Amino acid sequence: MNEREKIIEVKELVKKFGNFTANNKLTFDVFKGEIFGFLGANGAGKTTAIKILCGLSAPTSGFAKVAGWDVGKYPNKVKSNIGYMSQKFSLYNDMTVKENFRFYGGIYGLPGKEISNKTSYYLEKLKMEHTQNVVLNEIPLGWKQKLAFSVANIHDPKVVFLDEPTGGVDPVTRRQFWEMIYETADKGTTVFVTTHYMDEAEYCERVSIMSEGIIEALDTPAKLKEHYGVDTMNDVFIKIAR
Amino acid sequence: MRTLLYILQKEFIQIFRDKSMLPLIFIVPVMQLLVLSYTATFEIKDVDLIVLDNDRTGTSRDLVVSFSGSPFYNFNGYAENFESAQQLIKTGDADQLLVIEPDFEKNLINENSGEIQLITDAINGNAASMMVAYAQSIIGDFNKNLIINLNPTQQIGIPIQIDALFWYNPELNYITYMVPGILVLLVTVIGMFLGSMNLVKEKEIGTIEQINVTPIKKYQFIAGKLIPFWIIANIDLAIGLLLAFLVFNIPVMGSVSLLFAVASIYLIGILSIGLVISTLTNTMQQAMFISWFFLVIFILMSGLFTPIESMPDWAQIINHANPVSYFIKINRMIMLKGSGFQDILDELIILTAFAVSLFSFSILRYRKTV
Amino acid sequence: MKAFIKKEFLHIFRDYRSMVILFGMPLVMVLLFGFAITNDITNARIAVLDNSKDVVTRQIIQKLVSSGYFILENNITNQNEIENVFTRGKVKEVIVFESDFANKLITGGNANIQLILDASDPNTANIVTSYTSGIIASYSMELMKQRSIAPVNINIESRMYYNPELKSVYMFVPGIITVLLMLVSAMMTSISITREKEMGTMEALLVSPLKPFQIIIGKVMPYMVLSFINLVVILILARFVFMMPVAGSLTLLLAESLLFILMSLALGILISTISRTQQQAMLLSMFALMLPTILLSGFIFPIENMPAILQYLSHIMPSKWFIIIVKNIMLKGTGILYFWKETLIIIVMTMFFIVMSIKKFKIRLD
Repeated sequence: MNEREKIIEVKELVKKFGNFTANNKLTFDVFKGEIFGFLGANGAGKTTAIKILCGLSAPTSGFAKVAGWDVGKYPNKVKSNIGYMSQKFSLYNDMTVKENFRFYGGIYGLPGKEISNKTSYYLEKLKMEHTQNVVLNEIPLGWKQKLAFSVANIHDPKVVFLDEPTGGVDPVTRRQFWEMIYETADKGTTVFVTTHYMDEAEYCERVSIMSEGIIEALDTPAKLKEHYGVDTMNDVFIKIAR
Repeated sequence: MRTLLYILQKEFIQIFRDKSMLPLIFIVPVMQLLVLSYTATFEIKDVDLIVLDNDRTGTSRDLVVSFSGSPFYNFNGYAENFESAQQLIKTGDADQLLVIEPDFEKNLINENSGEIQLITDAINGNAASMMVAYAQSIIGDFNKNLIINLNPTQQIGIPIQIDALFWYNPELNYITYMVPGILVLLVTVIGMFLGSMNLVKEKEIGTIEQINVTPIKKYQFIAGKLIPFWIIANIDLAIGLLLAFLVFNIPVMGSVSLLFAVASIYLIGILSIGLVISTLTNTMQQAMFISWFFLVIFILMSGLFTPIESMPDWAQIINHANPVSYFIKINRMIMLKGSGFQDILDELIILTAFAVSLFSFSILRYRKTV
Repeated sequence: MKAFIKKEFLHIFRDYRSMVILFGMPLVMVLLFGFAITNDITNARIAVLDNSKDVVTRQIIQKLVSSGYFILENNITNQNEIENVFTRGKVKEVIVFESDFANKLITGGNANIQLILDASDPNTANIVTSYTSGIIASYSMELMKQRSIAPVNINIESRMYYNPELKSVYMFVPGIITVLLMLVSAMMTSISITREKEMGTMEALLVSPLKPFQIIIGKVMPYMVLSFINLVVILILARFVFMMPVAGSLTLLLAESLLFILMSLALGILISTISRTQQQAMLLSMFALMLPTILLSGFIFPIENMPAILQYLSHIMPSKWFIIIVKNIMLKGTGILYFWKETLIIIVMTMFFIVMSIKKFKIRLD
């Protein structure tokens, strides 16, 4: 384990909004190809931390490095090396599947040829070739989420951040979604995922649980269950969050 | 540069896919130009005139004839007495009342001076001053002829002859004056509204978040938002100029390319204002209200309807910061008088300064961070 | 019911951006229209092409400049410069004295002055011409007196009714009142009801024990109050900033305004029953309500000068009738006898909108 390359390094990271401390001295590492679960109750400070790691917001103090770049100093370098998919669906509903791929591929600087290769690769994998000229509005939510995940991966990022990617999606599609996540991780891409579904937490290699701005626990699901003496991640979560 | 092209491609796809956009961009402006040119007029014609003739002589009748012969006046007949005449003004059936005092003719001949009274409904102060100016010029002409007729032996007549020439608009057509201003209004509305709506829309539906985590540069994104509407507004201007020529017979006297060059600079400024508004707001409704608020102020003070020189000093000072007023002035100069580059240089420099600073400010205001 | 109305008030007052606009708008509009929109020509810039440069021409120029209407921008020396002066844009009028002016006046008896106007703005050109000719004519009269020619003169005593100082606020205040009552009552109501529909909170209200009409009253009450406050603010501004009193009965004015507010609310409710989204409601209010209210009501632009079709169209604008009523009460000080017809038209329109919205509402429930 120790030889694994660190792709995210966070040390003593603090983010304050006025008097309110949203993130209090977060310290953790995430490795290459890992699926890292980032859990916490609503308001625990998850979103703030993700925003900092994505270069959207500067830390108040402390230090975070993503894909080898300091997020506070080189946010744009960080952004080139990460993919992001948020709980709010964020592809363009009034554009076709193909147009969305082309746009996001384009702004990540991919050559035109590669964009079309990637587009057909992903559509084939999702068995959605027939939808390439359909406007996104007319595609069911579950499919759209899978598309959004593919788009987030189009530039082969080193890390992909998923902020509650499966909210409102049916169990079958969720299952398929997680298969995609495994596949991505197998190729060496790190997956940083937040979720409220505790069964999904079980799928992660390691899980951190935040509460009131502090990381209360960080380990593999098995060890966490052992440590807290419970059978499910759900019980672990309830113990910590309370 | 390639990134910018991808952004532009995306913006154009979105604009043209939205079915409500096309009429908004191309039909509404045409309608506005046609309707506004006819409605937005301070032209005063067909003044409803009522006459109370207390003299009833040849001279008084002649005076009334010179009024009824004027294209500006509708002669609505004689009033019985002062009360009934006043009543007509009160009910709004007459705009102006001409009272010819008793012994008007006799006094003119014997004492060289006759009295008349002119009563004007002045609720609309602007219209009232126009009506009085019309009446004065009719009476002045009548007076002149009177002098000549009453002094047949003197062949001299009036010592100083005045002869007025109206350049650029010899028929004093109000539409000719308004159309260049309305064209400015159209591109301003398009630029400011669409410019502010577009970015806010991405905020409201959440796609902006996805954009923010990409390595797009701020200026690329802002330019990508600005250029499509910049092109559209220029096309609207072209359509407007064509209509001005075909429908209203107002050709561009000056250089068309100069006009578009100015418009292009001006639009960068206006679109940037729209973008700044959209960075300040969270919903389309707010963006619309705020753009509307600024538009009303900009337009009312722009000199579109009334000359800026007539405004009080403080308003003229505020107007130095009103880009709309500069472009309306320039557009009228180029379209109606054929003014050239040298003539508009001062205003153009200011507009350029506006464009550069507002565009920079909109880039500065747009934060990719939260 | 009381709790419900309170909630509505809270909703509105919490949106401070809209509040600023609602109360800032009337202020700014009254001030702008009152001070900035005026056709008064005070400092018209003129240029002189004096081909004679003698005592008489200098006297005439002196008279023009000292009148206060004109500023002498420059003296030009030849005909070709006129074009340049105009294209540069500042100068409105060039006064051309023919050569040998004084000499011709004395020996020949008369001399010519040519006024060349930049008529691209026809109104200004007209007014500037009438000022200039007036001043020159009075100089002419003096000359005639000196020569003992009978200088026949018609004295005009000009009186301005209802607005002796020709203040432009007098014209605009009734219009601004109308536009704002319309804006707040119709536009805001329609948007707020549609928003509730769009967000699904309307359903929650409909399943509550409140009766539908109670819900509607709760929704419109705050806007009614807001409209009224706006009205009072404008009247106070008009009275104390612009010294524009209400010549007629204040009670009557408030009563008529209440009627107009009622009509606007009914119209707003009707719009909200037609539109499905806020944006639709917004566009409908904007293009079907605000623009016609501003353009076709006689608020800024006199209706009489518009083409016939537009004049007919103006008859169906409720605002047109209300503006007539307000002008009558505020400026002419007339009573209900002078505008009972207009009042009746608004009452009929109100009924029509109410009936229509009830009908639409029922269809929706079925």
